[in-house]
Amino acid sequence: MHLKDSATMKRDYSLDIRHLTRVEGHANISITVKDGKLLDARWAIVETPRFFEVMVKGMSAERVPFLTSRICGICSISHALASIRALERAMKIEPPVVAEKTRLLAMHGETLQSHALHLFFLVAPDFTGTASVLPLITSHPDLIKAGLRIKELGNEISTVSAGRCTHPVSLVVGGLSKAPDKQQLLQLRTMIQESKPALDTACSFFRTLKIPEFKRETEFISLSNGSSYPSIGGSIISTDGVKQDENEYLLMTNEYSRDFSTSKFTRLSRESSVAGALARFNNNYDRLHPKAKEVAASFDLQAVCHNPFMNNIAQLIECIHILEDAGEMIDSLLDMELREIRTPYSPKAGSATGAVEAPRGILYHHMETSDEGKVVRADCIIPTTQNNANIGYDLGAIAEQALQEGKNDKEIEKLCEMVVRSYDPCISCSVH
Amino acid sequence: MKHRGFTFEKLKIASFDFTCCEGCQLQLANRESTLIDFLELLDIKNFRELSSEQFDDYDIALIEGSISRQDEVERLQAIRRQAKTLVAFGSCACFGGVNSLKNKFSLKELVAEVYPGMKVETMPVKKISDVVKVDLSIPGCPVNKEEVERIMVNLATGSLVTLPKHPVCFECKAQLNTCLFELGEICLGPITRGGCNAVCTTGKTPCLGCRGPSEEINMPAFVELVKARELSLDDLQEKIAFYNAFEGFSNHEA
Repeated sequence: MHLKDSATMKRDYSLDIRHLTRVEGHANISITVKDGKLLDARWAIVETPRFFEVMVKGMSAERVPFLTSRICGICSISHALASIRALERAMKIEPPVVAEKTRLLAMHGETLQSHALHLFFLVAPDFTGTASVLPLITSHPDLIKAGLRIKELGNEISTVSAGRCTHPVSLVVGGLSKAPDKQQLLQLRTMIQESKPALDTACSFFRTLKIPEFKRETEFISLSNGSSYPSIGGSIISTDGVKQDENEYLLMTNEYSRDFSTSKFTRLSRESSVAGALARFNNNYDRLHPKAKEVAASFDLQAVCHNPFMNNIAQLIECIHILEDAGEMIDSLLDMELREIRTPYSPKAGSATGAVEAPRGILYHHMETSDEGKVVRADCIIPTTQNNANIGYDLGAIAEQALQEGKNDKEIEKLCEMVVRSYDPCISCSVH
Repeated sequence: MKHRGFTFEKLKIASFDFTCCEGCQLQLANRESTLIDFLELLDIKNFRELSSEQFDDYDIALIEGSISRQDEVERLQAIRRQAKTLVAFGSCACFGGVNSLKNKFSLKELVAEVYPGMKVETMPVKKISDVVKVDLSIPGCPVNKEEVERIMVNLATGSLVTLPKHPVCFECKAQLNTCLFELGEICLGPITRGGCNAVCTTGKTPCLGCRGPSEEINMPAFVELVKARELSLDDLQEKIAFYNAFEGFSNHEA
C-alpha cells in the first residue's frame, strides 16, 4: 500500500464498539485519533466478575477442579487440569501413567474443538464478508461440513477421555475416576483417520484468504518441556529469552489492574506480551509434527512471526499436529492395561502452581492447601488476561497504519474487530 | 416451513448471556451431526457470540447465566419486555448455579481480595426468576443438547414441553453402574432431576445436583441415608450447596 498525502494522514478518527460480536463474552473497543495522532486505544472488558478465587476457599481439594472447570465453557478441561496439577503438586501426589496420557488426550480434544469453533464459526465470516457462519452453510457447504467434522472429533476425543466435553467428569485429583473404554478408543482412532480430509479442505480454504499485513514486535510466552509440543506443565519461556520454573509464574506475569476493565493485564520484558497458538508455535516450532511443519511452510509461517492475524493459521497448524499426535497417544493407550488409574492420597498442606497450555495460551492455577485438604488460597491467571495489553497496543498500531494507508472508517473498524478476534479472546474466562 | 409432513414457523429466537461461563450457549453448537437440521428450526434474531447481525423481533429468549450487577438487571428487564417465552437456560439461570457460592462471602471481602485497591461493582448473585418472570427452565451444567433439541422441536410444533420427573438415580441404575454410595461416596443422584443420562455417575463421579430437585424428593430421608452410612455431613453440605439448586431443602441435615 502506498502512503496517502499528508492531508489524509492528519485525519481525525474515532471508533467506539460496545459489546464486540463473535467473541466469547462482553468487551468494548475504543480508539481516538486526532490530527493523525493516536490519543487512545482501549480494549475494555466489562464482563461481570464471578470471584472464583474466593469461592474455592474452604472447599475440599477433591471438589475444586469441578468448580474451577466452570470458569470457562470452552476450555473447561484446561481449567480442571490446571487445578488438578496444582493440587497434586501441592499435596505431592503422582498420578499414574495411564491418567497422564489420558489427560493429554483430553487436552488435545479440547484444543481441537476450541480452534474449530474459532476458525469456522467466529473467524471465517470476517473473510467471507458475512455477519455469521450461517450463510456459509449454503454458500460453502464443504467447508462447513469439514469444520463441523473437526469440531465433532475434538468433542468426541474429550468425551472418550474425560467423560464429557464441556465440564469434564472423570478428571480427578490423583488421576482418573474412570478409564477410557478401549472399544471407544478404537473407534476414535478410525474417526481421526477419517477426519484428515476435512483438515485438508480447511487448509485449502484458509490458503485462499488474504491475511492482513500487519506487524508489531512483541514478546511471546508459552510452556516448554524439552521433549514434546507443550500441553500440561513444563518451564515457562519467552521469545525474549526469559525462562522460569512453573512455580515462578508470578515472575512471568506481573499481573496488574486498570480501572476500565474487569479483566486484568500482565507484562514481562516489554509493555505487553502474547500467549496462545502463535506463542506456542513461535517458542516450540521444533516440537511440531513434521506434517504440521509442512503445512506451516505452505502458509509461509515461520517462527518468530509477529503478525497477530497469523494466530488463526497457527491454530490450524496445531489442529494438524493434534490429529497426528492424538492418533499416536491412542495407540499407546491401546497397548496398555488401563487398570491403574488413580493414586490414593491423604490430604496435605502445601502450595504449588499448575500450568497448562489451554487452547488460548498458558493457564496458571496456583493452589494452597491445608492439612485437612481444603483449599485456603487460589490464584488463576487466564490466557486472555495475558493478551489484553497486547490487544490494546495492536488496536492503536493497526488504526494508525490503516489511516496512513488511507483506509476508510468501515475498513478500519473491520480490521480492528478482526485483530481482536484473531486472539480468540475468552472474556468471561479472563474475568472469572 | 414444512418438515417431515409438519408445517411450522421457524422459532424466532435470541440467546443472551449474563454472569456465566457461556458453556450452555456453546452446547447449541455441539452435537455437530444434527446441527444443520437443528438450525433449520431456528430463525436466529440475536446471538452476539455467533453473529454480528442483531435484531429485536425475537419471540423466544434463552437466558444463560445468573445476575450479579445492576446493568444486567436492566438488560434482562428489556429482554423480558420483548420475549414471549423467556427461558432460564442452564443451572446458573435456573438456580444461580456455582456463582452463588460467592454469596457466603461479603461483597467487600470479594472485591478486596480479587481487585485490591480498585472499585468494582458487584452484587449478590440472583437466579433469573428473582428478577423477571421465567416461562420455561432448562437446567443443567451444562444443559444437555439432546434435551434442548427436543424442547425446541416441541416449541416449534406447539407440543407440550416437560422435563423428566424421575431422579438421576433411575438413569444411573439403567446403565448398570455400581452405586457410588456402595463405594462410600455421597451422591445426589437420588434427589436430582434426571434427563442427563447420569453422565457424571457413569463417569464414577458423584452427582452434584446441577438439574435441581426431582419431583417430590424426601430430603430428610436422604439425610438419614447419609447418616446411616456414617458419611460426612460436611461433604453432603458442600455437594448440596454446589449449584444452589436445593434452596429451601438445605436445612435438614442438622
